[in-house]
Amino acid sequence: MILGLEFPPVSHVVEWPTLFGGDALGVNKVILLMWISVALVFALFYFATREQKLVPAGVQNVAESTVEFVEDQVVMQTIGPDGLSYTPFLLTLFTFIFTCNVWELIPLVQMPVNARIALPMFMAILVWFVYIIVGIKNQGFLGYFKNATIPPGVPKAILPLVAFIELIGILVTRPLSLAVRLFANMLAGHLLLVSFAVITQALVASTIIGGALPLALLVFLMAFELLVAFLQAYIFTMLAAVYIDSSMHPAH
Amino acid sequence: MLHVLAQQAEGELEAGLTAVGRGIVYGGAAIGPGIGIGLVVGNAITAMARQPEAAGMVRTTMFLGIAFTEALALFGFVLSFIIAG
Repeated sequence: MILGLEFPPVSHVVEWPTLFGGDALGVNKVILLMWISVALVFALFYFATREQKLVPAGVQNVAESTVEFVEDQVVMQTIGPDGLSYTPFLLTLFTFIFTCNVWELIPLVQMPVNARIALPMFMAILVWFVYIIVGIKNQGFLGYFKNATIPPGVPKAILPLVAFIELIGILVTRPLSLAVRLFANMLAGHLLLVSFAVITQALVASTIIGGALPLALLVFLMAFELLVAFLQAYIFTMLAAVYIDSSMHPAH
Repeated sequence: MLHVLAQQAEGELEAGLTAVGRGIVYGGAAIGPGIGIGLVVGNAITAMARQPEAAGMVRTTMFLGIAFTEALALFGFVLSFIIAG
């Protein structure tokens, strides 16, 4: 109880009862939404590419501008022309994360899939495998770890310390921060919307006029969360591209 | 003050102190990144105003800088939930 308002504890707004299935493989609302996101992303690109027209319209238009966005704003800005073969991977990440995030705003659903750590952690580990394998493939095992951990122009005396920090950064900090960034942003946005919905409901129940301000703020926050959902998908994709770039083109 | 504290049940004091600790953890973690994001965006705006033709490149780098800086605040945010209550 804070100021007479009953805020639900965090576990109440992110934990859902199991709908069907066993203990470890139980399917709840979050898993269901994840499956629907997979189907939606698949359907978007399936229907967009089935009948390709010279002048795109409708769903083809949406798909083409998404591909163009990932190509121009993510791949070309970070990796460059020789990274275009990674566009499918990054495009999948971007569309899937965005669809999963946007469930936060759909009425009656209102649960971002990425507000549970499992999916961001899985995608971060996937990106970890991709950039390590790309690095080993392009520079060789020793070459990759040598180029990645020993920055040029560092004095000999502090080199062991720098190399150790860089190694931890590549193996632990990168995937951890990638996952936590997405997870914490979505959780924070979800909690923000829940808090303002609780305030609005409590104030509308007492005085209709008093509820107008939090309601207006709630609408504004939903627009803001749409921006955050897009921005987090963009940042996750771009950081994945930056990590792949650092594996392909070592700093000299 | 002390006799008020003494009247509280054991669990209540602990729960209250946990809540205070959570507030301090998140508040403390937000100070540095707040200043850092301000610096990143401020300098990016300066760069864009001086060279509007480089705005695209500056924007990409700015988002990268924001993402790296923001991660520290988010670690604090997550840690404030992890602290056992």
